[in-house]
Amino acid sequence: MAVSSKIIVRVEDLHKRYGSEEILKGVSFTVRQGEALAIIGPSGTGKSTLLRCINRLTEPDRGRIWLEETEITSPHTDINKIRQQIGFVFQDFNLFAHLTALDNVRLGLLKVKKLPKKEATERAMHELARVGLAEHAQKYPAQLSGGQQQRVSIARALAMDPKLMLFDEPTSALDPELIGEVLQVMQKLAEEGMTMIVVTHEMGFARSVCDQVIFMEKGVIVEQGPPEQIFTNPQQPRTRQFLGKISELYGGAGR
Amino acid sequence: MLDKLLLIWESLPLLIRGAIVTLELTMSLLAIGFVLGLIVALGQVYGPRPIAMLMSGYERFFRAMPILVLLIVFFYGLAFLGVSLPAFGTAVLVFGLHSSAYQSQIFRGSIQAIKPGQILAARALGMTRLQVIRYITLPQALRLAIPGWSNEYSGVLKDTSFAFAIGVTELARQGWQIATRTREMFLVFISVALIYLLLTYLGTWLLELLERYLSVPGLAGQRREEHGRVV
Ligand SMILES: Nc1ncnc2c1ncn2[C@@H]1O[C@H](COP(=O)(O)OP(=O)(O)O)[C@@H](O)[C@H]1O
Ligand SMILES: [Mg+2]
Repeated sequence: MAVSSKIIVRVEDLHKRYGSEEILKGVSFTVRQGEALAIIGPSGTGKSTLLRCINRLTEPDRGRIWLEETEITSPHTDINKIRQQIGFVFQDFNLFAHLTALDNVRLGLLKVKKLPKKEATERAMHELARVGLAEHAQKYPAQLSGGQQQRVSIARALAMDPKLMLFDEPTSALDPELIGEVLQVMQKLAEEGMTMIVVTHEMGFARSVCDQVIFMEKGVIVEQGPPEQIFTNPQQPRTRQFLGKISELYGGAGR
Repeated sequence: MLDKLLLIWESLPLLIRGAIVTLELTMSLLAIGFVLGLIVALGQVYGPRPIAMLMSGYERFFRAMPILVLLIVFFYGLAFLGVSLPAFGTAVLVFGLHSSAYQSQIFRGSIQAIKPGQILAARALGMTRLQVIRYITLPQALRLAIPGWSNEYSGVLKDTSFAFAIGVTELARQGWQIATRTREMFLVFISVALIYLLLTYLGTWLLELLERYLSVPGLAGQRREEHGRVV
């Protein structure tokens, strides 16, 4: 699906400090409907902090963020209403350990969206089928592989019908042979037109699936552009150095 | 020999009546301790600093008090203040407060054993704090608390014999009365001991069944089999 002109997220001059250390030093960008944005950069740079500021799991110190017309950062905004519209996928899955895959996906529908049980179950099963896990619905997280757990967590987020999906290094905790199944689900999602921001070290994914790439370092955006520009003709020397190091570590950008 | 067995047989109705009072005391105090203990634990973990400190003060105070001293102070203190509470009610209250301090630490430990990532994930779905506690924290924490709670059950079951001191006719006092009447101290208290053993065994066995019934694969601290395999 093509990227539309409608802006889904706007981040403006975002600042965040922990103690004396400024983690985000004025970050601004926008994401349009249907766009997949990759955020890359060395670790400790503030990528997770940035994602968490977007649904205010972390409170930013300064700056403003909008989801469509609603200002997320306004003190008058009901943050729980906003969070329902933003799916979040964590590096270490964070499935609810005492619930089956089905109940993990269904809980938000039942308790947050207050859907009737039958409807919630149907929707949850539909989402599990979408990530290829319908037959594992009755299993507990501990009975699933890492890749399966991450797919359940994606289904859990999708079930809420989000306008935006945030992925924080969704494959970094996975064994190499399980990375593919998760990336595949994400690629399908991007192709279906989901608006998404993906923090990742999977350069192949960023390059072939994403519409925009942001290279971030030490709390600022160093460079931003379409993947061809970032990966084949980076304008900033720091971007070039980083990509060089990454391809050394991960064996090229073509996973 | 036969006459002694007969004596026990004849005392049995009274001993059973005492055992029922002991069980009533135990159940009531555990219920009070459960509710208060949970509130104290949640306050300690999730409350703002002043609440957390208040809860910790409460918990330390009651853990520091010998149960017998507490019982007597309350019994005569309440009477002095003109509050009339029967001995049974006073015992339940005092034991309940005392147990809540211990139960709070069982619950606090099990709440803190839950990975914080799950809380984040629940908040990210748009759940309120209370919903997170209700649907994520408590179902896991209470499961994890069962072994500690079983320990608390067997502890307080025996503590209820202190109610003797303020005149509650529970199992130990019932035994004492029969023993002084019949002058068969040893025999009667052996019977009393066996009843305590039975009650402890029965209660902890039921809790073990509950633990197994509620167990979830992979939830830490649940399965003997899983631990056994790695150690
Ligand atoms: N809750 C926190 N308290 C203090 N420092 C934090 C906290 N969260 C993150 N940081 C620090 O902020 C910096 C950026 O972290 P993070 O956003 O996780 O970076 P990235 O995701 O790019 O690796 C790190 O130095 C980290 O130690
Ligand atoms: Mg990170």
